[in-house]
Amino acid sequence: MATVEVTFTPLPAHVRTARLVATAVARRSGVDEALLDEVRLAVGEACSRAVEAHRRHCPAEPVRIEMTDQDERFVVVVSDHAPSATATPAGTNGHGPGDSGAPGAASVVQGADDAGIPAGFGLAVISGLADDVRVSSTSSGVSVRMSWPSAAPTA
Amino acid sequence: MDLKLGHYNKDGIEVVDVEGEIDVYTAPRLRELLIDLVNKNNYQLVVNMEKVEFLDSTGLGVLVGGLKRVRAHDGSLDLVCTQERILKIFRITGLTKVFGIHTTVDEAIAAKKSEK
Repeated sequence: MATVEVTFTPLPAHVRTARLVATAVARRSGVDEALLDEVRLAVGEACSRAVEAHRRHCPAEPVRIEMTDQDERFVVVVSDHAPSATATPAGTNGHGPGDSGAPGAASVVQGADDAGIPAGFGLAVISGLADDVRVSSTSSGVSVRMSWPSAAPTA
Repeated sequence: MDLKLGHYNKDGIEVVDVEGEIDVYTAPRLRELLIDLVNKNNYQLVVNMEKVEFLDSTGLGVLVGGLKRVRAHDGSLDLVCTQERILKIFRITGLTKVFGIHTTVDEAIAAKKSEK
């Protein structure tokens, strides 16, 4: 299946659109119905993170999502252009569901300020939802790559 | 409509009904409501999430923020939720250990009363 790319202005209102598109593409790729909620949540988290980073550092730059079928995996990459110092990945690379590496719940409550949960928590949630998560930070931005198993292509 | 909010008082406990999606775009409205309720001296809260269709870490942050505010006044914030897809993010983050989560509003209210 051809890559689907979406770019959107970094506004919170558009994160829902990105979630809906990613879920639709995942379903078409053959991702199991039981995993679609995880796709929706993980993509939403990645996009929310990127939107917040852009709003702080480069509000005129769009956020980009690429969705690809690759070797029986549905792969999503969410890329931003915010400086890499803003990325605080917590729990990446192969963490399975239920093993997100998220900070302890009690410490989350204790450390939460008026804005709520500390930064980096979204990435920790993502790592608990996708069985393959990679966060790449460069000076030009951060990419969050996530994948789920998809159906084998039919002949 | 992305998020619909309502609240009412039952047996001295303020129940917040939430319907729709709680995400980075809609969560600020829920946050404002919780802050407003606390400012009006409502420190015993139950948030009914049975009609919530989506909840992400932004929404969790709002709930945690609300919990902190009521606890500052020796209050509590409990949740009503039976939807597995919503409970999942609480489990992933370990927040099932932080929030009291009940199956119905009446059960949540009864639990609060028995704590007194």
